[in-house]
Amino acid sequence: MSSPIVKLVAQRVALGILLLLAVSVLIFAGTQILPGDVAQAILGQSATPESLANLREQLGLNQPAYVRYFHWLGGVLTGDLGTAMSSGQDIATSIKGRLWNTLFLAFWAAIVAVPLAIILGLIAVRYRNGWVDKLISGLALASTSFPEFFIGYVLVYFFAVKWQIFPGISTVYDGMPFGERMQAIALPATALTLVVLAHMMRMTRAAILNVMQSAYVETAELKGLSAFNVIRKHAFPNAIAPIINVVMLNLAYLIVGVVVVEVIFVYPGMGQYLVDHVTKRDVPVVQAVGLIFAAVYISLNIIADIAAIIANPRLRHPK
Amino acid sequence: MADNKAKSGLLLDIRNLRIEATVFPPGEAPKNIVLVHDVSLTLEKGKVLGLIGESGAGKSTIGLSSMGYGRGGVRITGGEVILNGRDILKGGKEGFRKLRGREVCYVAQSAAAAFNPAHKLMDQVVEATLLHGTATRAEAEKRAVALFKKLSLPNPESIGERFPHQVSGGQLQRVMTAMALCSEPDLIVFDEPTTALDVTTQIDVLAAIKDAIRDTHVAALYITHDLAVVAQVSDEIMVLRHGRLVEWGGTRQIIKEPRQEYTNALVSVHEIEHQEQNPGTTPFLSVKKVTAAYGRSHIKVLKNVSVDIYPGQTLAVVGESGSGKSTLARAITGLLPPEEGTVTFDGRPLANRLADRPKEDLRQLQMIYQMADVAMNPRQTVGTIIGRPLEFYFGIRGRERDKRVAELLDKIEMGKGFIDRYPAELSGGQKQRVCIARSLAAKPKLIICDEVTSALDPLVANGILKLLLELQKEESVAYLFITHDLATVKSIADSIAVMYRGEVVRYGAKSKVLAPPFDAYTDLLLSSVPEMEIGWLEKAIKGRRMASAGN
Amino acid sequence: MLDIKRIPIPALIGIVLTALFVLAAIFAPLIAPYGNAEIVGDVWEPMSATHLLGTDNLGRDLLSRMVYGARITLFIAVLATALSFSLGAILGFSAAVFGGWFDTLLSRLVDLLMSIPTLIMALVVLSVLPTNLVTLILVMGVLDSTRVYRLSRAVAVDINVMDYVEAAKLRGENEAWIIFREILPNALSPLVSELGLRFIYAVLFLSTLSFLGLGVQPPDADWGGMVKENKDGIVFGIAAALIPAAAIAALAISVNLVADWVLNRTTSLKGGRG
Repeated sequence: MSSPIVKLVAQRVALGILLLLAVSVLIFAGTQILPGDVAQAILGQSATPESLANLREQLGLNQPAYVRYFHWLGGVLTGDLGTAMSSGQDIATSIKGRLWNTLFLAFWAAIVAVPLAIILGLIAVRYRNGWVDKLISGLALASTSFPEFFIGYVLVYFFAVKWQIFPGISTVYDGMPFGERMQAIALPATALTLVVLAHMMRMTRAAILNVMQSAYVETAELKGLSAFNVIRKHAFPNAIAPIINVVMLNLAYLIVGVVVVEVIFVYPGMGQYLVDHVTKRDVPVVQAVGLIFAAVYISLNIIADIAAIIANPRLRHPK
Repeated sequence: MADNKAKSGLLLDIRNLRIEATVFPPGEAPKNIVLVHDVSLTLEKGKVLGLIGESGAGKSTIGLSSMGYGRGGVRITGGEVILNGRDILKGGKEGFRKLRGREVCYVAQSAAAAFNPAHKLMDQVVEATLLHGTATRAEAEKRAVALFKKLSLPNPESIGERFPHQVSGGQLQRVMTAMALCSEPDLIVFDEPTTALDVTTQIDVLAAIKDAIRDTHVAALYITHDLAVVAQVSDEIMVLRHGRLVEWGGTRQIIKEPRQEYTNALVSVHEIEHQEQNPGTTPFLSVKKVTAAYGRSHIKVLKNVSVDIYPGQTLAVVGESGSGKSTLARAITGLLPPEEGTVTFDGRPLANRLADRPKEDLRQLQMIYQMADVAMNPRQTVGTIIGRPLEFYFGIRGRERDKRVAELLDKIEMGKGFIDRYPAELSGGQKQRVCIARSLAAKPKLIICDEVTSALDPLVANGILKLLLELQKEESVAYLFITHDLATVKSIADSIAVMYRGEVVRYGAKSKVLAPPFDAYTDLLLSSVPEMEIGWLEKAIKGRRMASAGN
Repeated sequence: MLDIKRIPIPALIGIVLTALFVLAAIFAPLIAPYGNAEIVGDVWEPMSATHLLGTDNLGRDLLSRMVYGARITLFIAVLATALSFSLGAILGFSAAVFGGWFDTLLSRLVDLLMSIPTLIMALVVLSVLPTNLVTLILVMGVLDSTRVYRLSRAVAVDINVMDYVEAAKLRGENEAWIIFREILPNALSPLVSELGLRFIYAVLFLSTLSFLGLGVQPPDADWGGMVKENKDGIVFGIAAALIPAAAIAALAISVNLVADWVLNRTTSLKGGRG
C-alpha cells in the first residue's frame, strides 16, 4: 500500500475523532438549551425549594457550563459515565449488558439484511425494468413508507399471537442458552432487517446500475465476455466501494431503527434504556447513551469512507 | 480466423440493414423510430471503409451492428450481416460472443472511459485473446508488447503494468488500438478514435493507427464526422445522413469529385469567403501584459499576455486545451480579475472586477458560449432570453420589445414563430443562433465567442460562421474568437494570436501569422490540421521527422 | 395542461388517498361520529355497526379518534415541513450564492448536526425541553432542515455554475434576479419532490416520537400516539394498534406516489432540462 492511502485514511480517522469531540459538545449543549432553569423544568412547578437546590447540586448547575462539560468529558474518556439521577446506579455498569444485547440484535439483523439486500439488488439489476425489478422496487417504496412499529406489530400480531411461533416479547437474561436467545430475538431481528432491507437494496441497485452503464462494461461485452464474467471481472471490482458504502450507511441507519424496535419488543437494550430515561428526564443517562449511539454512527460512516478510499484504484496506484 | 485468412475476398457484407429503437418522449406513448434505413455495404479483407456523417447519421450504430451489438435498446430489425460467409444475426447470443473480440474488435472514442480503472492495461489488452483461447498468456503478452512498439508507445515493455489513469489520453487511445489488434481479428471498428484528442496528438495517433492497419492487414470500419481525417486512412468512403446512404465511393472520388450535393457541402465546408481587413490605427480594446491565476495557485494560467482588438474586426485566439485561451476571455470579462496588467477599452481602463464595472461597460462586451444548451435558462422562452438585454440595458418593454425581438430573430434567420419556444425545443444550431441574438440585442462593440462552433456538426457550424461574418458587416461589431480549430480561424479571422501554455507565442495579421517562417509551435499546430487531400498524413509526418532531425 | 386521463394510475391512487386524509383532517368534527375523548363503550370492543373500527384502550370510538388523529398528525407534520423547508431552502440558496465564510460556517454546522442520527438528537433535546406542540414542531423542523439545506445548496451550486447564470452575471444582473429568475425556476422540480419526501419523513418522525411517548401528549393523540395507547392489546390478539399504524403507512405511500409523479412530470415539462 502506498502513502497517499495511508495519509487519506489517517486524515479521515483524525477528522472522525474531531467530529466525535464536536458531537460531544453538541450533545452536552443539547441538554443545556433550555431558556429557564433545568432543575425547575425537570421537577415541574410544584417542586419544593430544597429538592430544587438538591438537584442543582447534583447536576453541578452552580458551576459554569464549560466546567461541567470538561468534567463530563473527562469522565467519559476514563470510562466513568456518571450516575443515573432516577435510580442512583452507575451508568457504565447498567449500560454494559444492554450494549451487548443491542449489538447482538443488530449483528443478527445485519447478517441477514446485508447479503439479502445485495442479492436482491443484483437480481433487480439483472432483470432491470422487468416485473421482478418492478416488484422489488414497489416493495421497497412501500417499506420505506412503513413506520418501524407497523412492521413490528404486524409481525407480533401474526407470528406471536395468531400462529404463536415466536415470542412477542423478547426477554433475554444473562446466561441464556444461545438457541433460546435466538428464538427470543427472531421477531425483533426480522423487523430490523425489514426496516433497512428496502433502502439498502435500492441503493445497491443504483450503485451497480451506475457501474453497469459505464463504457468499460461495454468494452467487456464487445470482447465477447459472458454476462456473468462481465459482472464478475469488470463491474464487481468497481462496485465494491459503492456497495460497502451503501451497507455502512444503512447499518448506521439500523441503530436508529433499533431504538424503536427495542421498545416494541421490550428488549433490554440501549434503545429502550435511552427512551426510558428521556421520559424520566434523566439527563446524565441521555447524554451518555446519546454519545454512544453517535459514536457508533460516526464510526460506521468513517469505515464507509475508508472503504471507498481503499477501493479506489486511482488512490491505490498513484501516478 | 486463422484457417480462412486469405489476403483478399469479401469479409463483411451488410444487406438492407434496418435498425430501430424505442423512444419514450415525455408525456406521450413510447414509439418506434428507425435509426438506419436499409443500408447495404461490403468490405473486402484488409480494406478500410470510412463511415462519415453528422450526428444522428447512424454511423456508429451501423459499425456496432457488425458485432451484433446495439447500444441502449437499439435493435437490428431487418437485413443480414454476413461476416466471413455467414449471417451473424442468426447466431444468437452465443454466436455474438464468439465473434466479439475474436473476429471483430472495437476501438471507442474515449479510451479513458473504455478501460476499466480497476485493472492493469496488460490484463485488459490480452483479455479477449485469452478468453477466446487463440494464444497462451505469454504469447499474447509478447504480441501486445510488439504492438505497443508498433504504435510507438513509450516504454512498450512496461506500459502494460500501468493502470489506465496513469497514462495520457493519446497513449490510451493507442493502447486501445493495440487491444483491438491483439487478438488478430479480421475487422476492427474504429469509432471516432481521435475526436477527443488535441489536434497535435491526433496526428500521431492517426499515423500509428494507419501503420498498424497496413502492417497487420486487418480490415476496418473507420467512423468519424471529419472527412479530412477519414480521407487519410480509408480506401473507400461511405457518406451517411439520417440513417440513409448518401454516397459511396473510392476516397479520391468522394473528396475530389463528389456526386451528391450533400457530399459536396461536407467537402467544401471550410471554404468561406472572407477578405482580411487591415488593422486600424487605434484598437478599442487592448489587453496589456495580463497575468492571471486561479485561486491562490502559483501556476499562472495567463502569462504576460498582450493583444489588441480593432473596431469591426475579428481577433482569433487559437490554442489547444490548457493553453489559456478561455482564461483570456474570463480575464477580459472580469470574471477572473488579472493579477497584473490592464485591459483598456475606448482609451480608458476597464475595472478588473466584474462587480466594479458600470452597466455601460458590461453592455459593450457580450459573450457567446460553446454549449448553447447550458448558456440559456431552460425555463425561459426565446422571447425572454433575447428580450432581457433590451429591457435591462435600454428599458424597452412590452410591444416595442417584442418588435425588436422579432427583428433580431429575423437577423439570425429564424422566424417570429420561435418567440414562445423553449430552448429544449430548438436544434443545436438554432440554440446557438438565439445566443447570438441575445448578445446582439445589447448592441455591443465586442462579442467574445468561446468555441462557439466546436459542439456543432460541420455544416451547422459553417452556417453559424457565415451568419457571424454577415452580422459583423451589418453591425460592425468586433469578435474575439476563441477556438482550437485552425480551419475556422483561416475562414474568419483578421488577426490571430496563437497561445501555448498561457503565453501568446505568435500574434499579428492573419496573412502574416499563417505565412512562414514559423516558430516551432505554430508550425506544429499548422502542420497538424488535417487537410482534405490524400497523402497529407504521410507528408505531414515526414515534415515533422525532418524538423525534429533538423533540431 | 393537466389531463386526468394522462395521470398514471399509481399517482391517481396517491392523489385520491391524500385528498381523503386531508379532507378528514379539515372536517374532523363533522365527520367523526363521536367526540375525540368521549368514552362511548367498553375497552377494545370489536368492529361493529355503531363503532366501525371498534373502540380503543379506554373505550373511546376508534374511528373518531382516527379522524381527529389525522388532524393532529397532518397539522404538526405540515408545520414542521414548512419550517424545515423554508429554513433549509433559504439558508441553502444563500450559502450557494454568497459563498465565503457564511457558506463554510453553515455547512460545517449542518455536517455536525447530521453526524448524529436525527432521532437520537431529538431524544437528547426532548429530555430537557417541555413537551408541547411548539417544541415538537421546532425540534422536528430544525433537525430536518439540515437535509433540505444540503439539497438546496447542492442544487443551487450546480445551477450557479451554469453558463446561463454566468451570462446573467456578465449582463450585470443583481443577486435577486439571479436567485429568483435564474436559479429558483430550475431548482423547483427537485425541491418539490423533496417537499413530498420531507413531509413523509415528518409524519414518520412525529409518529415515532409519539409512539415513544415523547410527542403529542394525552388525551390528544396523533396516529403514533394511538399505536402506543393500543399496543398492549396486540398480545391479546386485538388489532386496534394496527389501524393507526396502517393509516400512517397509507398516508406515507400515497404522498410518495404523488411526489414521484410530480417529479417525473415537472422534469418532462416543456423547457425541462434536456
